[in-house]
Amino acid sequence: MGTHSKYGYLSPLTDKASKSALHYVKEWFYTTDAKRIGVMYTLFGLMMGFLGGVLSILIRLELVQAGPDFMNAEFYATLPGMHASLMIFFFIIPLFTGVGNFIVPVQVGAPDMAFPKLNLVGFWLLPPAALMAISSYFLTAPGFGWTGYPPLSNSIYSPQLGADLWIMAVIIVGTSSTMAAVNFLATVFNMRCKNMTFFQMPLFTWSVVVTSFLILASTPVLTSALLMLQLERTFPGAFQFFAPEGGGDPILYQHLFWFYSHPAVYIMILPGFGMINEIIPTFSRKPIFGYAVMAWSMAAIAVLGFVVWAHHMFTTGIALKVRVGFMFLTMLIAVPTGIKIFSWLATLWGGSLKFDTPMLYSLGFLAMFTIGGLSGVVLASVPVDIELHDTYYVVAHIHYVLVAGSVMTIFAGLYYWFPKMTGRMYNEMLGKVHFWLTAIFINVTFFGMHYMGVKGMPRRYFDYDPQFEMLNVVSSVGSFVLFAAQFIWVFNFLWSLKYGKEVGKNPWKDGTHLEWHTTSPPQHHNFPEPPVWTPIVRHHGPHREADELTEPVPAE
Amino acid sequence: MATHQATEAAPNTGAESLGVTNGKIGMWTFLVMDAMTFAGFLAGYARLRWSPESGWPNPYTEFGVIGIQLTAFNTFVLICSSVSMVHVLSETIRGNMDRARKWMLATIIGGLIFVGIQGYEWTHLILDKWPYLVGGEGVDYNTNFASTFLSLTGFHGLHVSVGVIYNLIIYLGMKRGKIGKHNSSIIEIAGLYWHFVDLIWILVFTFVYLI
Ligand code: HEM
Ligand SMILES: [Cu+2]
Repeated sequence: MGTHSKYGYLSPLTDKASKSALHYVKEWFYTTDAKRIGVMYTLFGLMMGFLGGVLSILIRLELVQAGPDFMNAEFYATLPGMHASLMIFFFIIPLFTGVGNFIVPVQVGAPDMAFPKLNLVGFWLLPPAALMAISSYFLTAPGFGWTGYPPLSNSIYSPQLGADLWIMAVIIVGTSSTMAAVNFLATVFNMRCKNMTFFQMPLFTWSVVVTSFLILASTPVLTSALLMLQLERTFPGAFQFFAPEGGGDPILYQHLFWFYSHPAVYIMILPGFGMINEIIPTFSRKPIFGYAVMAWSMAAIAVLGFVVWAHHMFTTGIALKVRVGFMFLTMLIAVPTGIKIFSWLATLWGGSLKFDTPMLYSLGFLAMFTIGGLSGVVLASVPVDIELHDTYYVVAHIHYVLVAGSVMTIFAGLYYWFPKMTGRMYNEMLGKVHFWLTAIFINVTFFGMHYMGVKGMPRRYFDYDPQFEMLNVVSSVGSFVLFAAQFIWVFNFLWSLKYGKEVGKNPWKDGTHLEWHTTSPPQHHNFPEPPVWTPIVRHHGPHREADELTEPVPAE
Repeated sequence: MATHQATEAAPNTGAESLGVTNGKIGMWTFLVMDAMTFAGFLAGYARLRWSPESGWPNPYTEFGVIGIQLTAFNTFVLICSSVSMVHVLSETIRGNMDRARKWMLATIIGGLIFVGIQGYEWTHLILDKWPYLVGGEGVDYNTNFASTFLSLTGFHGLHVSVGVIYNLIIYLGMKRGKIGKHNSSIIEIAGLYWHFVDLIWILVFTFVYLI
C-alpha cells in the first residue's frame, strides 16, 4: 500500500509537493466527494449540537431554583425555541444526512452520490442558515418556540427582525434537506452495484430511502406554511392567512406545521433505526431477524407518520370524532415499532454478543427508546393528552425519544463507523465510560420530568411552583454532568484520530456490508473496481456460524 | 486490493440500475416535493375558502372584463407551449435540430406570454381592486381571497419564470451543439418540469378561477 491509499479519501487530491493550509481548505470546501461532504455535515452538526447544548445548560441553570435567578423572562423565552431549533434542524437532521452521505454510496457499491455538485450546494446552504438563526441573538431573538405558532409569531406579537431570520433559516434548511433527499433517492435507485436488488440492500440504506421519501413529502409543506407566515409578517394587512383578526385561521398553521413536524420525528429516528439494524447483527454475529419485515415496517411507520399529525392538536378544539380517529391511528404506529423492537431482540437472542461501545449504545437505545415510545402512546390518548399537553411530561417524552433515541443512535453510529471513516480505532475504555455516563445522566436529567408534568408543571415557563424545586435541582445537575461527559467523547475521537491503532478493512470482523470490504478509510470513489454483490440468503437460525457472515464478497 | 489510487477517473460512474438516467430520477423526485409545496398552498386556500364565514367573492364575476376570459386564453397558451415542448423532444430524437430549436423558441415565447399576461392581470387587479396592497385606500375587500390568490398564482408564476430561463439555457445549449440527439434526455428532463408547471396551473386555474 502506498502512502496515498493509506489515508484514503483523506489524502490530498493533488500531488503538489508543498501544500498551503489554504490549498487544503479548498480541497475540502469545494470537494464533491460524498465522503468528505459527509464529514463536513457531521462536524457541522456536532458544532450546532454543542451550541444547542449550551443553550439547554442556560435553561437548566435558570430552573435550578424557583424564581428569577440571573436572566429576565424575555431572554428566557428565546431559549427553548432556539435550543430546539438548533438541535432539530441543525444537529440531528444534518448529522444523519452526513453519515448517510458517507455510508450509503459505499453500501450500495456506488462511487459517489448521483449529483455530487448538488450535494455540495446542499451542504453549503446550512452554515449561512445557521448564522441567520444564531445571529438573531444579536437582534432580539424570537420568543415563540420552535413551533412558531401564529398569532404569537406574527408581526404584532413578534415584530423583531430575529423572527424573520429564524423563519428564513428554517426554510433554507428545509431546502437543503430536500436536496439531499433527491440525491439519496437517485443514488440508491440508480447506482446500486451489480446484483444488488432492493431487498439485498443493507437496512441502513433502506432507512435512508424511507427517510428521503418522508422529507420529500413533508418538508415542502412546512416551507409553504412558513412562506405564508413570512408574507403575513412582511405585508401586514395585505396578506392574511393565519391572523384571526383578518379572517385567517391560526389552526391552519398548526395543521400545516404538524403535517411536517410529525413526520419529522421519524426523519429524526428512522436513520437511527437503520444504524441499529447494522450494529446489532454485527455484534451479535447473526444476521438480522426478519430482514424484509424490518424494511416493510419502516415503510409502514413512514406511511402512518403522515396520518397522525393532529395528535399534537388535541387541545385546539377540533371535533371529538376527528380527535378519536387520530388517536387510534397514532396508537397503530406502536405496531410496526413494536415489530422492530422484537426483531432486534430476536436478533440478540442466542447470538454470541460482543459488548463494544456501539453495541452498548444500541442496547441503551433499545431500553430507553422504549420508555419514550410508551410515553408517546400515553400522550396519544385524547383525555390524557388534554391533561398533559404543554406540561413537562411532554418535555420528558420529547427527550426520551430525541436524546435517548436519536442522539444515542447517532453515538452508536459514530462509534461504529469511526474506524471506517478515519482508519483508526477509538479508545474502547473511554468509549465505555462515555456510554455509561451518558446513559445514566440522561435518566437523571429527564426521568423526573414525567412526574413534574403529571403534577402540572407547565413547559416553557420561566418560573415554577416551589414544590418542584427538588426535582428541578436533580434534573439540572443531571444535565450538567451529561453535558460535561460529552467532552470525554470529543477527547477520545480527537486523540484517536492521531494515536488510535490503525485498522484494516473489517475491524469488527463481522461487518458484512460493502463498506467493510473496502479500505479504511475508503479511497476516493470508494472502490478500486466496481464491486459485484453476492446475494445472500438471510435465513435465520441458531446454528449459523459466525464466519458465514463474512460471506458476500465483492469481486476483487 | 486497493493498491492503486483512483483519484482522477471515477472507476464505475453512471451505473443505471433502473435503466433511466440519474437526472430523470432527480427531476421526478424534485417534482414530488414541488407538488407538495403547492399542496400546502392549496390546503391553505381550501381551508380559508370553505370555512363557514369566509364570505368568499365569486371569482367568476370578480375578475370582470379582463379576468376570466383573459386567463382562460392564458391557460390555452400554456397548454400550447407544453405541446410545442413535446415537439422539441421528438424532433431532437429524430435528429432535426433546426426544427427542434424552433419549437423550443416557440415554447419559450409561450412561457413569456404567460408571464406577461399574468403581470398585466396582477397590475390591473392590484391597482383597480386591491389598491391597499400598494398603500392605497383602506381595505374594502376579502383579504383572504386576495392573499391566497396572490400567493398561489405568484408562486406558480415564479415557476413559469424559472422554466423560461431553464428552457433558454437549453436553447443556447442546442444552438452551440452541446445538446442534441446524443443527450436528448436533458430535453426530456426539462420537458418534465415544463409539463408539471402546466399541470399545476390547470389545478390552480380550476380552484382559484373556476370553482
Ligand atoms: C443536555 C441535554 C438537553 C437538555 C438538558 C435539554 C433541556 C431542555 C429543556 C429543559 C427543554 C424545555 C424547555 C421548556 O419547555 O421550557 C427543552 C426543550 C426541547 N428540547 Fe431539549 N435538552 C437537551 C437536549 C436536547 C436534544 C439533543 C434535543 C434534540 C435532539 C432536544 C430537543 C428539544 C425539543 C424539540 C424541545 C422543545 C420542546 C418544546 O416544544 O417546548 N433537546 N430541552
Ligand atoms: Cu407527532
